[in-house]
Amino acid sequence: MSLSRADVEHIALLARMRLSEDELNRMTEQLAGILEHIAVLQEADVSDVPPSASTLPPIDHFRPDIPAPSLPVDALLANAPEREDSYLRVKAVLE
Amino acid sequence: MTTPTMTNEPWRWTIAETAEKLRAKEISAVELTQAHLDRIRAVDGAVHAFLRVTADEALAEAKAADERLARGQDLTPLTGIPLALKDVLVTEGITTTAGSRFLEHFVPPYSATVVKRLRAAGAISLGKLNMDEFAMGSSTENSAYGPTHNPWDLDRVPGGSSGGSAAAVAAGEAMGTLGSDTGGSIRQPAALTNTVGLKTTYGRVSRYGLIAFASSLDQIGPFTRTARDCALLLQHIAGYDPNDSTSADVSVPDYAAQLTGDIKGLKIGIPKEYFVEGTEPGVVKVVEEAIATLKTLGAEFIDISLPHTKYGLPAYYIIAPAEASANLARYDGVKYGLSLRAEAADLEDAYMRTRQAGFGPEVRRRIMLGTYALSSGYYDAYYKRAEQVRTLIRRDFDAAFAQCDVIISPTSPTVAFKLGARVDDPYAMYLSDLFTIPANLAGICGVSFQGGFSEGLPVGVQLLGKPFDEGTILRAADAFQRVTDYHTRWPNLAAAAKPKGATKAKKAGGKK
Repeated sequence: MSLSRADVEHIALLARMRLSEDELNRMTEQLAGILEHIAVLQEADVSDVPPSASTLPPIDHFRPDIPAPSLPVDALLANAPEREDSYLRVKAVLE
Repeated sequence: MTTPTMTNEPWRWTIAETAEKLRAKEISAVELTQAHLDRIRAVDGAVHAFLRVTADEALAEAKAADERLARGQDLTPLTGIPLALKDVLVTEGITTTAGSRFLEHFVPPYSATVVKRLRAAGAISLGKLNMDEFAMGSSTENSAYGPTHNPWDLDRVPGGSSGGSAAAVAAGEAMGTLGSDTGGSIRQPAALTNTVGLKTTYGRVSRYGLIAFASSLDQIGPFTRTARDCALLLQHIAGYDPNDSTSADVSVPDYAAQLTGDIKGLKIGIPKEYFVEGTEPGVVKVVEEAIATLKTLGAEFIDISLPHTKYGLPAYYIIAPAEASANLARYDGVKYGLSLRAEAADLEDAYMRTRQAGFGPEVRRRIMLGTYALSSGYYDAYYKRAEQVRTLIRRDFDAAFAQCDVIISPTSPTVAFKLGARVDDPYAMYLSDLFTIPANLAGICGVSFQGGFSEGLPVGVQLLGKPFDEGTILRAADAFQRVTDYHTRWPNLAAAAKPKGATKAKKAGGKK
């Protein structure tokens, strides 16, 4: 599967990450190179093989439903770039 | 040959022997901690293992440890032992960067479970260790704060991503450290620095407070100079944690008690797929000699096959970036970390600018690769197929472990390479992890220990074990160390070391 510069621009938008012109070119070349190596996966016989998302046996852990204190709001918001009262402040999403 | 235990150089001692000396009051925890702070001051200007040395906190913890030792109650083998932490583990009130500009000023509001457990055991933290940004890399050159140098040859990489954790132990700057291993990030740097590095079974150690890279692969584990010290550290970090639903509710055995020195009849598999062209002859020779040594100790060797090995690396480079692209979506400039909102036109522009400025090239590359693999139209061809291959690799190990107890291989196909040698070729860098990645995909445990040297540089031997059977691979590594002296050898840092009393070393690209 080849990868065009336009594909890379689209992926960067999906990832919400701006790339410079130089980097778009370099990224197109490098991703194409990596995908070429990864193409060997297409040779694997995976018919009737279930995918593994995890290696753990699917066991749910339950714990007693006892209220416990959470981290204080001020401690959690101490690293916030911008806050207002107990909220994170962001640029308006809707004008 | 045994280590000369010069009293003026306690940083050369093992954790096990130091624990005895602390109890016998031959040295205090404060003296021991100060000796390590002096050692860091002397050599870390050249090695750059540390991103941050927390001397005041360490000495306060040492004082508390001495009081505990004086009371003689509630002691563990780690009480008073100076350790250090990969900067991917969050520490309350102490800046934690994960090697990224994004988190340059991030001060976590809580500590990782492993950090709390070590503190409860009375261990001391000397500071935070350098790493590839967000643990993505095999050389520590992807750190935003400058690379770590291999103590055995300062022009070479220490491996990665836990390069700081490995180099600190190798250079005598800490008695043990913690790292994280997603595709080999503990074992490969251990191999390149003549240290012991353990990748624990997935679920053995809580990941709560480990800054996430690829959540189905990430595991925390120790670096030490001996297998016994590794067992002592593992003992205190292993076990179920209600704060991590993927930690396993499996009982924790007494690991040190399993180090009997007896490996008679232990069945060790030699996988033909791990002894192929491309591995340096000097590395192969060391592994063959290690096999011969283990044979004299009574281990039995059988040839085995792990037929889907060649699909491990490509499957990993779909799964790990896919998970990373989702995990790193949290770095949006809104909640914490870097934010370029001031100059942005709108919220989306703020995301785009912030994520461009905050991430280094390798992290950007992996976010792009992962986003692509998960994008509409490619999911089945890449992500789903990679997870099917993951099942095949797991089945390979299940079949192999029906025939043998542990599996032996080289840890890394090469010795430490020169700084800069692979930075322009991402896939050549990825090949460093060829022999370590399958264990992460299968969730099993693996240890790298000191097998010997090739052209003066350390070579690691890897032993892979069954899930939750860390005790057996550590027993084999310990048995090997009882009859060899490679683990007692030190790099010569005399030329790089600053004389005692010299002013604090300036860090290349680092910060305090």
